[in-house]
Formats: sequence, C-alpha cells, structure tokens
Amino acid sequence: MDIFIQQLINGLVLGSIYALVALGYTMVYGILELINFAHGEVTMIGAMVALAVIGAIAGSALDLPGLLVVLAGVLVAIPACMLLGFTIEKVAYRPLRRAPRLAPLITAIGVSIVLQNSAMLIWGRQYVSFPPLIPQNSHEILGAHITDLQIFIILLSTLIMAGLWLLVQQSTLGRAMRATAQSKEVAALMGVNVDRVISATFLIGSALAAIAGVMVSAYYGLAHYYMGFMLGLKAFSAAVLGGIGNIAGAMLGGLLLGVIEALGAGYIGDLTGGFLGSHYQDVFAFFVLILVLVFRPSGLLGERVASRA
Amino acid sequence: MRSAHLVGTILTLGLAIGLGGCGQKTETADGAQVVRVGSVAPLTGPQAHLGKDNENGARLAVEEINARGLTLGGRPVRLELIGEDDQADPKTATIVAQKLVDSGVAAVIGHLNSGTTIPASKYYHDANIPQISPSATAIAYTAQGYRNAFRVMANDEQQGRVLGEYAVRTMGARRIAIIDDRTAYGQGLADEFEKAARAAGGEVVAREYTHDRATDFTAILTSIKGKNPDLVFFGGMDPQAGPMAQQMKRLGLAARLLGGDGMQNLNFIKLAGDAAEGVTASSPGLPLEAMPGGPDFKRRFEAKYGPIQVYAPYAYDAVMVLVEAMRRADSHEPAKVLAELPKTDLQGVTGHIRFDAKGDTEGGAVTLYQVKNGAWAMLETVK
Repeated sequence: MDIFIQQLINGLVLGSIYALVALGYTMVYGILELINFAHGEVTMIGAMVALAVIGAIAGSALDLPGLLVVLAGVLVAIPACMLLGFTIEKVAYRPLRRAPRLAPLITAIGVSIVLQNSAMLIWGRQYVSFPPLIPQNSHEILGAHITDLQIFIILLSTLIMAGLWLLVQQSTLGRAMRATAQSKEVAALMGVNVDRVISATFLIGSALAAIAGVMVSAYYGLAHYYMGFMLGLKAFSAAVLGGIGNIAGAMLGGLLLGVIEALGAGYIGDLTGGFLGSHYQDVFAFFVLILVLVFRPSGLLGERVASRA
Repeated sequence: MRSAHLVGTILTLGLAIGLGGCGQKTETADGAQVVRVGSVAPLTGPQAHLGKDNENGARLAVEEINARGLTLGGRPVRLELIGEDDQADPKTATIVAQKLVDSGVAAVIGHLNSGTTIPASKYYHDANIPQISPSATAIAYTAQGYRNAFRVMANDEQQGRVLGEYAVRTMGARRIAIIDDRTAYGQGLADEFEKAARAAGGEVVAREYTHDRATDFTAILTSIKGKNPDLVFFGGMDPQAGPMAQQMKRLGLAARLLGGDGMQNLNFIKLAGDAAEGVTASSPGLPLEAMPGGPDFKRRFEAKYGPIQVYAPYAYDAVMVLVEAMRRADSHEPAKVLAELPKTDLQGVTGHIRFDAKGDTEGGAVTLYQVKNGAWAMLETVK
C-alpha cells in the first residue's frame, strides 16, 4: 500500500509539471491551431536563465537565504521567457498567419532547433546542476515519502492552474481569448484586437513554461540544453490526451499522464510476471494515449474539432 | 537539345564529384601530404560533454604529432582530425560512418558508446579501415570477428566480473537490484554484473530498466524499494546516475549505489550533489594520477581544453596506437596499417597497450572508486 501511495505521489508531482507545460501548448493551439514545438525549448531557457541568476548570486558575496535566491532566479526567468515567447510569435509565426498550416509548423520546429543550439552555445554542453539551496525536508505519509519541494510543486501548479482558469473564464482578456479561439474574424469584427490577444497568449504560456522549467530543474537537480525536447514531447502528449485546445483538458491530461507513467513503470513488471519490464513505461503511457484517441479522437475533454472554422 | 544539355550537366557533375574524390588527400602549402583521421563521438545531446572530451583527447594527440612532424614513405605527412557527431544514436552512427568511409579517411577513432560503435563497425570493416574505440566496452564489439576493430580500454566482461564480485564479497551485498539504460553498454555491463554477483552468492531481487534520455526514476526506484535491496547496481551514464542517486535519497531508499565507468566522472558528483557521498563505481584502467603519463597528460590537456571528463586519455592513446602502426608500416594505407596494428606494443598515457587476437587490450586493470567528501577517492585496483 505504501508503495502504491508513493507511486501516486511520484506521478502527481511529475503530472503537475507536465500540466503546466501542456497549458502552453493547448492555449496556443486553441487560438492559432498551431502546435508550438518551440514551447519545450522555452521551458528549457527558463530553467537555464534561472540557474544562471541563481549561480551568479550563490557565487557572489551576498549571503541570502536559499529560497530567496531561487525566487530571484524565477523572477528573472519569467520576464526573460515572456520576452522570448513574444519575439518567437512576432518573428516566426505572425508573418505566416495566412500561410498553409504546414508552414508555421515547420518554422516551429526550426525555432526549436535554433533555441536548442543557441542554449548549447551559451551555456555549453555540460549539465548545469541546481545548487542545493532548497531544503529537502522529507515527510512520511502512510509510509510514503514526500518532500517540501514536492508538496510545493503540486500546490503551486494547482494555484497557477486555478488562476489561469479564472483569468480565461472571468476576465475581459479571457473572454477575448475565447472569442479569438472560436473565430479570429468575428472576434476582430467585435472590436477584439486579435494580434494583442495572440501576443498575450504567448506571454502567459511562456511565463508558465518558465515556472515549469525552474520546477523541473529544482526537482531533478539539473538543467541541460536538451531537457526541453522530451519534456515538450510529454507535455504535448498530455495536451492531446486531455483534448488539445482545452485548458481544463491540459491540466487533466498532464496529471493523468504523470500518474499513468508512474504506475505503469512501477507495476508493469509485476503485473506481467516479468514479461514486460519497466522499459515499457513510455509504451504503456502512449498505449493509453492511443486508446483514448481511438474512442475519443478529440481527447478526454476536447470539443468536436469540426465546429471550429 | 534539352536532353543533350542534361547529359552535359550530369557529366559535369560526375566530373566534379570525381575530382572532389581525388582532392581528398590534398597537400599543405609546405608540400606535406594531408592524411585524414575520423573521430566520432556524441557532440550534441545529453552526452555531449563526454563526446567533446573524447574529440579533444584525439585532437591533442594529432596536434602533438603534427608539431613533432611525421614522415611516411619518405614524405612529410600532416594529420587532420575530422570530428563527427553521432549523437550517441546508433542510427546516426551508421550515417556518419558511411560519410567518413566515403570521404576516404585513413582510420577512425571512435565511437564513444558501445551502442554506436557496434553498428558503425560494420561500415569500417566493409571498407577495411582501422577502427580504434577509446571507450566502447561492450563485449560484442570485438566478438564480431572483425580484424580491423580494436579498443584501448578493458571490456565489460572484465569490469562486470570485478564489480559483481566486489559487490558481494567486499561490500557484503545480499539483496541486489539492477537497473540498466538499455544501451549496448549499460545492458552488457549489467548482464555481466548479474552473472558475477549470482556466482558469488548474491540474490538479484529486481531487474529494472530506463533509457539514456531519462531524468525521472522515482517510479522504478519506488518499485525497487518495495523489494528491500541493500545494493542498487546501475549500468549507464552519469546524466542518469546523478539524478538517480538524488531520487534514491529522497525516497528514503537506504541501499548503496554501485556502477561502472559511465558514472565514474566529475559530472556525476555535480549532478548527484550531496547524494553522491558513498557511491561506488569502477573504471577500467588505472586512475589518471597512477597512469604512467597521467599527470603530464592532465597538464597538457587542461592547458588547452579545461578539465578532463573521463575518456580523453584513451582517445589520445588510440591516436598514438594508430600513428605508431603507421610509422611501422611506413604508410597510411589502411591495409598496411591494419597488418601492423595487432603488433602494437606501446607505452601509452593510460598504460601498456597490447592487443589480443580479438583486438581487446590485454591484461586490462579495473579500479574501484568511492565518493568521499565530494570527490572520487580510489579504493583499489583489481587486475
């Protein structure tokens, strides 16, 4: 039982991070019907910028408490990623808004490669380790271990997701976003500044990516110019699982994918009597994804795609 | 008219390619003949830091040889190192291998990983080009019967056996969990370890798997924790081993962590942080400080490229072995060099290098290390 609860905790922490990144994919898809493949790389840049700041402060004479240093890193990473997201949209996607859908998809992959290699040139090929600034206090719940950081990741992700949900459902900007998602032309006729809404979407998505990037690097204790690739892939799958374009779906998909992965890796060996080992963990996760898509092609919470012009 | 034009174009193209082929072995301004040597390692991706280290090791050797001057067949020769990136990916490795063969290199130093070295070796074998891997340790590499395949490091059979016996006899492990990263290296080492540990009387309670791009091991570690092991063996590289050590600590998994040369490097300690303390790992050969030319190599290397990751001295020696064979053959022709390579008897930086009939190094030693106060401290060397 304690093992099961531990796996559940593992999955929830992982899933919270997936969900934050997945939100960035799903928001952009909802509005532009573009899969922003560079989003995983924005997460990576967030982690790298935060670590550069943290490293600079930790290496200087200033003797600040560890959490304050991490906070400073996050506070620099968020605007840096927002600026990056804003620029990517302006430079790589906006000129192609009326082009066939394949064109921006390919520029997205191009941007992703450019960012990855720029990060490699700036920060090098080395793994950057996260300094041990965050105390790793461990609590025991029903025999399972959970650290302060894990609790914090789950809580903060939940708060951010709730905040985003409120923003989209209640605020004027949120209404404009939903209107733009339904139809750019009609929204523009109603006086919505579509360009500004799209920029805002990229700004918000990139800020979430920055936070997720710092979370990942703090949780695993490392950052690397390559880290955005796999994370982006998983988060994208989570967004598809939940129903791409649907914000609640991204949250659900992220959490679900994290839990499925953890339980899959933990139990697949025992369940199949050693026939399938834990190396099938991704196979297991993607098998569930395929199964869901076969029966619900638009994802768990997705709407019918055809209704969108 | 149009078809004549097309034929003309094809002819011109063919001529250009043909000329390009002839132009491969060019001359330098001072009349020295340029001989190209390939060096393949992952220069991008998660193992890029190790790959660049290998390439720099080979580059240092090439630069030193050029500075000293090399004469083959009465003509001055200048070596040129062609560094290629296989991304630690077996598929890319074969593409790069074909590219090097096509560009007419005299020999290849590489690859870094066993998983890339083995599929690429077929291409070098078919082209009859000498291949010397600085760091591929999987048994399969030299077991294919290729007469052009050599390595300058002890293989996994030797390393896995030492590790398995050490785990049970010296560390006193009874219940052992094994994780590998499903690469030719990780899996091969883990298999050899398992054999030796069982033979020494240890019980293997779990066998789990991950991959060489993973960072999250909490799920498999939790599952392992349920089986109460007193030792966890990992067959894989530092980008996985570092976070794994941290996650073991976080999950309250009290077992000790043991691994091979893939994690016996500086980066592991950086990535594992305070969880690195007490972790044990082996490395083929002697510690750098105890290598015959170790301290001197370290000084020369670090003046140019910064800290040594791990395999750079082996890449350096691989080039030296190759050049010695070229000197004896008095030629850079692959067939003549290949005839000389088995006769290698070189006092290199890493030790005395001689090859057995398969192309493995003879009498390779394995050294065990443990992290103490944030640095790898040598425990003992097993012959």
